[in-house]
Amino acid sequence: MTEKKNQGVDPKLLEILVCPVTRGPLEYDSKEQELISRQARLAYPIRDGIPIMLPDEARALED
Amino acid sequence: MSEPSIIVFDRAVVRRHRERAAEDFSGYDFLVREVAERLADRLEDVTRSFPLALDLGCHDGTLASLIGERGGIETLVQSDLSFAMARKAHEAAAERTGSPERCPALVADEEMQPFAEGCFDLVISSMGLHWVNDLPGALLQANLALKPDGLFLGAILGGDTLHELRQSLLMAESELEGGAGPRVSPFAQLQDAAGLLQRAGFALPVADVDSITVNYANPLKLMDDLRGMGQSNAVIGRRNTLSRRETLMHAAQIYEEEFGDETGTVPATFQVIFLTGWRPAANQQQPLRPGAARHSLAEALGTQEVKTGVKTGPQVKTGPKPNGQA
Repeated sequence: MTEKKNQGVDPKLLEILVCPVTRGPLEYDSKEQELISRQARLAYPIRDGIPIMLPDEARALED
Repeated sequence: MSEPSIIVFDRAVVRRHRERAAEDFSGYDFLVREVAERLADRLEDVTRSFPLALDLGCHDGTLASLIGERGGIETLVQSDLSFAMARKAHEAAAERTGSPERCPALVADEEMQPFAEGCFDLVISSMGLHWVNDLPGALLQANLALKPDGLFLGAILGGDTLHELRQSLLMAESELEGGAGPRVSPFAQLQDAAGLLQRAGFALPVADVDSITVNYANPLKLMDDLRGMGQSNAVIGRRNTLSRRETLMHAAQIYEEEFGDETGTVPATFQVIFLTGWRPAANQQQPLRPGAARHSLAEALGTQEVKTGVKTGPQVKTGPKPNGQA
């Protein structure tokens, strides 16, 4: 398997994903490769183009 | 979603089992493959097309590889609780289609689905939902992710699954250790399944069952396979220490004595419950209101209508006698 650098996330996914905690909208941060839920104050990581939509794996947003 | 009142499965353990199984899954995927094939066949029987579909609990992408373009699927979103599985599914799809950008994959928990309401034409879930604590809740979330008149097609393991193993372990443990803990996960019963679909708000719910019997050289090979499939026990309160070796060996002996056949192999039963339901929509077939019938039942049966309160008996029968009776 070749290492893919920041291949980005499928645009189709961005249309259908919501935050699993709040069911609110997500913002895509292409630089950090994260999906951000402002309401839940969580950033879900994207690894190899695969969003990890688990609250346990998300980064808590600072103020 | 409300908190489930009873937590049976340790989801972190389910996830760990999946991650561990991903490494060498192709050696153990026969059951997942068999069930996925049966689901794909069922989809073929539906004369509709489902451009945007979700595979909820995709494992290593087996279902996607089998389903191809059946059901008129243009995009299949693959989701699994395990990153290793989701990545394998993604890579397999990218290799097959040559366009990685059209093979969306993600990691998600079936108990906390991250999908916007009403976005999919089809949700398929093969062999994943028997590990959730709140099956009605997970089904409800799948229902909400569907467009009106969208189809849910699922396969879960049912209550008779691995009854041979369950019984052997129970007997061996109580004989040698003076007590027994749950070693085989509890599964849903067929008779509850259609009710579950209904409770989750599906229209036209159907549940039916297939039994798949797999023959093993010996019971220890079966236990090894279950681990390989990522389907080993994740019940909270399961005994954390492995059984003593002698208990396992004794269970294997009981298994062979009770269930083994003359060829020296032992059968293992997997009961697979297939779930079908539709997101309600106004244009679906609806039951008529009582009293709205335009033809009488008597007409359809070619018999004479007898008013309520009138007793039928030989003396009031006017028609010809039924065939073959003097």
